[in-house]
Amino acid sequence: MATEGLVRAGLRAGDGAIDAFARRHRFHPLEALPWAAAIAAFGLFPSYLALGAQILATILFALSADLVLGYAGIVTLGHAAFFGTGAYTAGILAANGWGEPLSGLLAAAFVAALIGLASGFVVLRTTGLTLLMQTLVVATLLHEAANKASSITGGDDGLQGMEVWPIFGVFRFDLFGRTAYLYCLIVLFLCWWLARQIVHSPFGRSLTGIRENVLRMHAIGAPVMRRRLVIYTISAAFAGVAGALIAQTTQFVGLGVLGLERSGTVLIMLIIGGIGRLYGAFIGVPLYMIAQDRFSEVEPVYWYFWIGLLMVLVVVFARGGLLGLYDRLRR
Amino acid sequence: MVLYLVSVGLSVTMGLMGFVNLAHGVFAMLGGYIVTSLMARHGVPFAPALLCAALVTALGSVVIERLLYRPLYGGDELDQVLLTMGLIFMSLAAVTYVWGVMPQPMHPPRWLSGEVDLGFRSFPAFRSFLILCGAALVTALWLGLERTRVGVQIRAAVDNLRMAQSVGINTSRLFTLTFALGSGLAGLGGGLGADLLSINPSYALDNLIYFLIVVAVGGLGSIRGPFVAALLIGIADTGFKYLLPELGAFFIYALTMAILLWRPRGLFGRA
Repeated sequence: MATEGLVRAGLRAGDGAIDAFARRHRFHPLEALPWAAAIAAFGLFPSYLALGAQILATILFALSADLVLGYAGIVTLGHAAFFGTGAYTAGILAANGWGEPLSGLLAAAFVAALIGLASGFVVLRTTGLTLLMQTLVVATLLHEAANKASSITGGDDGLQGMEVWPIFGVFRFDLFGRTAYLYCLIVLFLCWWLARQIVHSPFGRSLTGIRENVLRMHAIGAPVMRRRLVIYTISAAFAGVAGALIAQTTQFVGLGVLGLERSGTVLIMLIIGGIGRLYGAFIGVPLYMIAQDRFSEVEPVYWYFWIGLLMVLVVVFARGGLLGLYDRLRR
Repeated sequence: MVLYLVSVGLSVTMGLMGFVNLAHGVFAMLGGYIVTSLMARHGVPFAPALLCAALVTALGSVVIERLLYRPLYGGDELDQVLLTMGLIFMSLAAVTYVWGVMPQPMHPPRWLSGEVDLGFRSFPAFRSFLILCGAALVTALWLGLERTRVGVQIRAAVDNLRMAQSVGINTSRLFTLTFALGSGLAGLGGGLGADLLSINPSYALDNLIYFLIVVAVGGLGSIRGPFVAALLIGIADTGFKYLLPELGAFFIYALTMAILLWRPRGLFGRA
């Protein structure tokens, strides 16, 4: 589908190609839907805003995973590494007397990007199962490091005593999560906009090319390794911001932020929504997290059964997730 | 050694068949539960319980393979990861439903609970038994794969699927068989190791990374590889935890990364 677009664009060389790209880039009215829903939710469910803020931050995390997985085709089982790095960066800053949230976000993005760059430099040299293993091992290494450095991170007990200052010194994080919700929403919107720009840029198109046919991209002289590394780093930064958002809004960081389960569930949420289309995260994450919230009130363990069943069903019947299903039904 | 016992089965399904089978631990867990509950509740002796565990997991895996795994052969890795993750989650809940969240106790049979005196030192009998089992399994598998007709067919189908089909090998049945073998081995390994890797609902998730490391480091499609890797990882892990306890399990992950960078297909993997 993506190569098809490239080919079509290539056939109608010149102006035609530019048109085709421009059309993809133009805003579609449906794209406003998630934002409208998010703002409506703010008014409609005032008692669920804390959960809402978590959902928004997790959407950002899934979005970052979508950049590497959906666009660059890098299958990773260790994306929590960057999420956790961001969460711990923001958390440690806030626990040690620097609670300014925005600079905390930037610091988290920076540190996560550094880790992404360093680990990407190593792991992206491999492919397939080995790559999967390498990403998993990187996340496990960080998990172990956070566990052992308990004087800084709190280890198994989690990081406590975070004090997050009001945003701009004005907007205090309140008990009902009103500030947290809007804060997450705005950050998510900015990051989404940035991701959208990246995906539709020539750089983003070349990533799709790498996903669809690496050999051909090598043959036309694209610097495959460098491009993959760049998107990996960007995605790591986004994941870091997502982690920092969760840390700042819940004022707590536990070892779970670096765990395999988190890497796994973000993939699941993304897949349920549909990968490689920026909006999968906006559908999969709320669906998963709201269902989880409801079900785990009844019986937390059996929740896993249903989510497992859902995953199996998605793989067997609905490849491409819900958005993919929607596309097929419309055709 | 327990790691090897479980991982060798994974090496068979994942390595020989090229399927990213994260759900392998599920079969091992099932084997463990069958052995512990048969022994504890029904008083079945150790050996028949083990046999039963291997058979039941092998049979169960045939059903799952036919229904779910089959359409994904040679398909997208991502789909395989998702499917098998889904199976892990389902097993987690199902096992909790049947056996509860408590770890299942395992009592080695009396003839294995003593110590073996080798003259210069004595060793716990059960662990020595595990080591013997592991060695016996390596030999049996290696002979089976290298010397028997089925072994030759499996290797042929792995090397060149279409060629194997065109010389009249029923590859579909062969893969089902191979998968059952791998899962049966997992069940056997889980049952044998129930004493050392405690059997609880999150078994498949907790030990996943160890199984994967052993297989990836050892090399896909090799019987000897995981054996060497399990020994290497086990010794390195114990050694470094002893020498530098503050670094904990850090070292084996770093070692794994280094080995995989040096040889992306594992120590004994085939190019």
